Amino acid sequence: MKDQTYTYITGAAIFLLFLGQVMPKWAVFLATVSLCYGTIVLGMILLVRNGLVSFGHGLYYCLGAYAAGTLRPFWGNSELLVMLAAAIFLTAAVAFILGFLLRKYRDIFFAMLSLAFSMILYGLLSKNAALGSTDGFNVYVDTILGVPLTDFEDPRYVIFGITILGAWISCMLMHRYLKSDKGKLAEAIRDNELRVEYLGANVSTIIHFNYVISAVLAGIGGALMAISIGHIDPEMSYWTTSGEFVFITILAGSGSVIAPFLGAFIFETIRSFAYEYSPNTWQMLLGITMLVVIVFLPNGLWSLFAKIHKKINQ
Amino acid sequence: MDSLLAILIDGLVYSSWLFIIAVGLTLIYGVMKILNIAHGSLYSLGAYTAASLTGLWLSLGYAPMGSFLVMLLSAVLVGAVFGPIIERGLLRFMYGRDEIVLVLVTYALFLILEDVIKIVWGVNPYFLYQPYSLLGSFEILNLTYPNYNLLLCIVAIIIGLVLTWLLQKTKQGKILIAVIHDREMASAQGVHVGKVYFLTFTLGATLAALGGVLTAPMISVQPGIGAETIVLAFAVVVIGGLGSLPGAALAAIMVGLVRASAVHLVPDLDLFSVYLVMATVLIFRPKGLFVTQEQRKI
Repeated sequence: MKDQTYTYITGAAIFLLFLGQVMPKWAVFLATVSLCYGTIVLGMILLVRNGLVSFGHGLYYCLGAYAAGTLRPFWGNSELLVMLAAAIFLTAAVAFILGFLLRKYRDIFFAMLSLAFSMILYGLLSKNAALGSTDGFNVYVDTILGVPLTDFEDPRYVIFGITILGAWISCMLMHRYLKSDKGKLAEAIRDNELRVEYLGANVSTIIHFNYVISAVLAGIGGALMAISIGHIDPEMSYWTTSGEFVFITILAGSGSVIAPFLGAFIFETIRSFAYEYSPNTWQMLLGITMLVVIVFLPNGLWSLFAKIHKKINQ
Repeated sequence: MDSLLAILIDGLVYSSWLFIIAVGLTLIYGVMKILNIAHGSLYSLGAYTAASLTGLWLSLGYAPMGSFLVMLLSAVLVGAVFGPIIERGLLRFMYGRDEIVLVLVTYALFLILEDVIKIVWGVNPYFLYQPYSLLGSFEILNLTYPNYNLLLCIVAIIIGLVLTWLLQKTKQGKILIAVIHDREMASAQGVHVGKVYFLTFTLGATLAALGGVLTAPMISVQPGIGAETIVLAFAVVVIGGLGSLPGAALAAIMVGLVRASAVHLVPDLDLFSVYLVMATVLIFRPKGLFVTQEQRKI
């Protein structure tokens, strides 16, 4: 069977782009946030394929957002592309350094150490008066590719389009990577690290590489989020934010690059309605969903889709 | 000189608090291999229950000193109700699965309990400040400290000693160590492992609740205190070595002193310092301070 994932991704991206023209504002907002979260979780599933769950990806989400957001107040630059580039560069650099340490850890130690690093950033940012302490600050974009944002008829839609573009590129590249020899090794590492070593692959290097990729994706998600929402605060690095990413990862499953976006969309939809109608039972809903998924769908919602898809094809 | 003394006293008080909130977590991990995120919720449940029951006790005009008894009862109540419900109702179906899956299960539980608390107590803060000043205060050089801080230190020492005695001197404790060493072998020798798990989890839950109960007079009891505390408890048990009792004690003292120094000398690095200690220790001792032999945990 031919792999149609590229077609699906591109089709979905184009569809969203058109849908953005007719959707109400709140729906565009919902879609934007889902795309950002989806991009972050895209990196998380790469780690899950290695058998690693990070309870600290808020670190890169927050770093990406701050890298994008601090450009204007500190360097006087608010070109959207430079903001994204700064986020990618900073998260890649930090993940590269921390990766030397984290690649030695597995299981809960990996989860806890990454949590510690994200809490370090939280501790630093929430006390930093120049960066607005716990309140954070507002993020503004002035130009896109040199064109002032005010020249566009509907700046919100343009940013929505760029978010789609970012998610689309990430998704396409990730799918390509997962299909490559190196990408396929990830699952082999989860199954049996030692055998992968015997076969001549360097497990630490692969995990390190995958860790940096996942961090950069979280950074891109954070920067896009900062740009679309227009506000950032240290809460992005708090462990409960990372917990949300973990939730979506478990909900979606690591079966496909489309799964994270689907998971993020479901998560954000439930969140928007729960906030509206029953703010005090929203987390309970999440918890129960998570238990149900862990018990009945250990490979996430995507495994359900895969099963149905298989049945239809038969 | 004064500030050095202040750091030392604050540090030890904070260490005692850290040990109290972390000891149940390390106990449960040591025996059951579950890193229990819901520990944070049990902590908040303890704090809320204490705030309600002790508040009721005081408003009915009973002897103020009795509030300490009511606080202790609150901890036992929360532990005895929620420990069995969680262990029998959920966790026992999960034994034998990956440690990381168990973390996710307790995370789900944490999310559920956080909202249970919001439903029962609402989102407005509760205050239970009376017990804090009830015991009077003591003075060293020019510094005044409430005796309540002393109580924290004493409770921490008692918990540490009692647990050590339980594990090393009693039959139940020896059974526990056997289960930690080799669950299946212990089971083959006639140990009812399910019962050991049940008792351990209930004890751990009670200790978590006790942590919340003792903290309630020092803070405003509100949503989010569980999330805040559980990551500190994580830091302590991971530094000490998961499942190690002396490790948790040493880690609590280290973190307590470092944070007290940070608060006094560089206030901006307050929270940062805790995780810095954690990251530094893990860099040099990847599995924490006290895990030299794989088998002799606790």
